[in-house]
Amino acid sequence: MKILVVDDFSTMRRIIKNLLRDLGFNNTQEADDGVTALPMLQGGSFDFLITDWNMPGMQGIDLLKAVRSDDKLKGLPVLMVTAESKRDQIVEAAQAGVNGYVVKPFTAGTLEEKINKIFERVAA
Amino acid sequence: MESMTAQEPDQASYRLQLARSLVSHLEAGNEQDAGLVIAELTGFRDDTLFQEVGRLTRELHDSINSFVMDARLADIAQNEMPNAAERLRYVIATTEQAANTTLGAVEDSLPLADSLRSDAHHLADQWARFNSRQLSVDGFRELSGELSRFLTLTQTNSEALHDKLSEVLMAQGYQDLTGQVIRKVISLVNDVEVKLVQLVRLSGNRGKPAAAVESDTAAQGPVVPGVDHGDVVNGQDDVDDLLSSLGF
Repeated sequence: MKILVVDDFSTMRRIIKNLLRDLGFNNTQEADDGVTALPMLQGGSFDFLITDWNMPGMQGIDLLKAVRSDDKLKGLPVLMVTAESKRDQIVEAAQAGVNGYVVKPFTAGTLEEKINKIFERVAA
Repeated sequence: MESMTAQEPDQASYRLQLARSLVSHLEAGNEQDAGLVIAELTGFRDDTLFQEVGRLTRELHDSINSFVMDARLADIAQNEMPNAAERLRYVIATTEQAANTTLGAVEDSLPLADSLRSDAHHLADQWARFNSRQLSVDGFRELSGELSRFLTLTQTNSEALHDKLSEVLMAQGYQDLTGQVIRKVISLVNDVEVKLVQLVRLSGNRGKPAAAVESDTAAQGPVVPGVDHGDVVNGQDDVDDLLSSLGF
């Protein structure tokens, strides 16, 4: 299971990477915004994308839309982990095809639950 | 100004006419009529002065008005400055909470590590005695019980330590949340700086800059208490409810 973690704050990337390691996912890579993330996704066989919304360069919502409109990537499960918490934003992310949405600040339990749910659904 | 220049030849001949009549009034010794003509003549100068003062006043008024009516400035004064104060208070509260969570987890962890260390130290001594055959049968039985209790304690304490370390890990999320908020305040400070420079210049005839309209779903950063963010969710449960209403 190869996972890409995208957030402009390195502290948040470390937190998520540590939580993923705790959950048994050791193969993670990082990117600090959509502009760096997209070529990584296109070039490497990632199985899962965790992305923030509010980032300089390319925002998470635009990364999500780019992934969904890319023939090779459109099936990639995407979990959004973000402080953006307007209802309109969550609806927009849902319409853009996000697989899960976690608002910051979050707990280790919430992240685990959402990740498990996504994998269950992908496996089904 | 233009209408004045057009009238100037007329005015000049009129003034000449007045000057002639002033001379004839004075020669005739007609003091009263002469006084009236003098008043009319000085009136020309006063009018020009008043018009100039009036024009300057109007320009100043317009400059101040266009500055005051600058929508961005009004927004800064009415919303963003008070919001900035709320945002900075949020930074203090969030960093304080993270520091307390971290300190609490460390304070809880130290005794767990200490008890493991002191028990291990004691057991190591006993184990050394056993290896050098200094331990009686009863002593060994006691050591065996202690070892079994120590293994249980190691399991419990290491699990508790893992939980506490996870708490410390999660608490570091404050850096992302407060960083996003501080970035917003920095951009406000930059805006204010630009406006202050404009205020210092206060030159007229500037177009009113259009107020930036943020799209409904533009990134906002974390929700800060006391700042209106529009229709926001109240925690992860709300997000889950909203998504399940959308068929998730």
